[in-house]
Amino acid sequence: MGAVEKPRTEVAAPASWDYAPSLEGREIVSLERRYGLYIGGKHISPKSRSWFTTISPATEEPLAEIAQAGQKDVALAVGAAREAFRTWSRRKPAERAKVLFRIARVLQERARELAVAESLDGGKPIKESRDVDLPLAAAHFFYYAGWADKLEYAFPGRSPKPLGVAAQIVPWNFPLLMLAWKIAPALACGNTVVLKPAETTPLTALLFADVCRQAEVPPGVVNIITGDGSTGAYLVREKGIDKVAFTGSTEVGKAIQRELAGRDVSLTLELGGKAANIVFDDCALDQAVEGIVNGIYFNQGHVCCAGSRLLVQESIHDQLVRKLKRRMATLRVGNPLDKNTDVGAINSSAQLERISELVQSGIDEGAELYQPPCRLPEKGWWFAPTVFTNVAQSHRIAREEIFGPVLSVLTFRTPDEAVEKANNTMYGLSAGVWTEKGSRILWMADRLRSGVVWGNTFNRFDPSSPFGGYKESGFGREGGRHGLEPYLRFE
Amino acid sequence: MSERLPVRKTYKLFVGGAFPRSESGRTLEVEGYNVARASRKDAREAVVAARKAVAGWSGATAYNRGQVLYRLAETMETRTDALAAASSGRREVARAIDRVVWYAGWADKLAQVLGSSNPVAGPYFNFTLPEPTGVVAVIAPEEPALDGLVSRLVPALVGGNAVVAVASEPHPLAAIELAEAVATSDVPAGVVNVLTGLRAELAPVLAGHMDVNAIDVTGADGDRTTLEELAAENVKRVVRAREEQSPWEIASFMELKTVWHPIGR
Repeated sequence: MGAVEKPRTEVAAPASWDYAPSLEGREIVSLERRYGLYIGGKHISPKSRSWFTTISPATEEPLAEIAQAGQKDVALAVGAAREAFRTWSRRKPAERAKVLFRIARVLQERARELAVAESLDGGKPIKESRDVDLPLAAAHFFYYAGWADKLEYAFPGRSPKPLGVAAQIVPWNFPLLMLAWKIAPALACGNTVVLKPAETTPLTALLFADVCRQAEVPPGVVNIITGDGSTGAYLVREKGIDKVAFTGSTEVGKAIQRELAGRDVSLTLELGGKAANIVFDDCALDQAVEGIVNGIYFNQGHVCCAGSRLLVQESIHDQLVRKLKRRMATLRVGNPLDKNTDVGAINSSAQLERISELVQSGIDEGAELYQPPCRLPEKGWWFAPTVFTNVAQSHRIAREEIFGPVLSVLTFRTPDEAVEKANNTMYGLSAGVWTEKGSRILWMADRLRSGVVWGNTFNRFDPSSPFGGYKESGFGREGGRHGLEPYLRFE
Repeated sequence: MSERLPVRKTYKLFVGGAFPRSESGRTLEVEGYNVARASRKDAREAVVAARKAVAGWSGATAYNRGQVLYRLAETMETRTDALAAASSGRREVARAIDRVVWYAGWADKLAQVLGSSNPVAGPYFNFTLPEPTGVVAVIAPEEPALDGLVSRLVPALVGGNAVVAVASEPHPLAAIELAEAVATSDVPAGVVNVLTGLRAELAPVLAGHMDVNAIDVTGADGDRTTLEELAAENVKRVVRAREEQSPWEIASFMELKTVWHPIGR
């Protein structure tokens, strides 16, 4: 090119750029042919005698056979947890802490293996499993380990006691990280757990059973049961549980709340979201573009707090959308195990169908679709990074959680209008604000009805930082001192 | 000399700062009075009034909310006789007034006790603050008529929520006497709304209402299961008293918001 000035094109075409593949080796993970249920410290075949296959969403390759836990299996797991509670809850808190510290260490030691397994089974890019999921999961255990023998300092004037058996159901978007969010505070507070990973991503939870073995977690303190939604329903209905912690869809969350009505079972729900990412005209624009891309395309948009509604101040709309499209064109979509990959596979065919259906509704309702040119692999489930402009608040793509790499752009003129539009949703999990004006960040943060507000950043997580929703995004907090309370009763 | 006939009070509802009769025109004879029997529509109107009041009350400074609630204790004190006549007596009134004073003092301490600054592993300033959940429905316990209501109502108020309370069904007079104290304090209109009538008729409307954020079922006894099922419709926070008086009772009506901001030159 030399001195010749490059013609200004709206969008670069990096789909044609050649990247040498940089594959993370998968031989570090050695999978069994079959995984039974992890109950009372043993891997056992399900009484249901029923199995299903977990596959890689990037290749549709079968990875392993997984037990489908039936009602009797669930009862067995709850019984094992109840039995273990008697000794675990009375164990010296400082000793309990040491067990958790060990788990954190083993997770760090086996981080590479677990990251590869996570990407294989769930389809998320290896750089995310490696740099986000695994470090945060280990950090979560490390953080709550330290609380185990300090609970009385967390709640002045109250005497904290464990609840008993915690039934925990986690989703498929951050399988091991969500397991850590659930198990770490529960064990630190002296509870025992029965955890059910999502149907499509059971592997890292089953590998976690081996982490428990290495860390010498006493039998029955952690039980892992696998299966589909029916397994979760059995777990919630089981009489021997004292606590339910659920992360997943608002629809299922409501069903669980209904199921538990009138029962003395403590409940926390971390449900869906439709976060507004609000960009003011005085923001640092390039930083905001990075934040928008991270907000919606991180983990294929399979993020409950994803910044799926972009609210842009009208005066910078065109400029921002131009920059955004240019940046989207540089996203690498493809093999999750390739270290260059930014956007991996869609987790399942069912999820791909849901995304496609909602995107079609966006087109039908009159919004304008843009997808950068990109080559999608032939096998597996994929969806190109997508942005809709000309979106109205009434459009389904502006109201419903898509849980995919699909961004809807809306505009506003004044801060009041931004607040009004941002809060115009049944959800309230997260929000983002981009402006260089400090007083405005705080003014907005004060008025946004959501559990997390990111100012000039997005999708940040930390074990010391409480996370959870307002409104139909759920209740209860995970993370921080506040994340202890759902696992305690007070005398 | 003929005996003077006392002027008897008409016990009405308290909605949006006014004392209307039930739109249904119905009353119930309870404790010797024809007390308004609120309808489902009255309940919905009360939610509208409460929602309107949320922004102002939650947006007031904590210091201001504390003073206003202390003022409520003052107006209750001067109404001790009326409150005592409508409840179990002066001891209960004293207990209720002292409780209001105790909670009033919490308004500007809540964020310090319930909030936190969080040491995240990165260049970010991160803090967590309690915020009111919004509109709270309180199903008051049947007894004690006054203090039972006060002990559930005031922890919801102090954090900045607006409340729709269903008074004790067999002993509704105390709730309306309390409403008169509220009306003459500086509590803004709509922040406290009191319905009298049949609990079985009113509580389900509030439990299933899509614009109510939380419901306190402490006084709901046998109806608890039905109310909690209805509450799931919009993921309502379902609250039950755990302690007689505690900042954690206030916390039950609060959300927690965490704010992140990068630190940099």
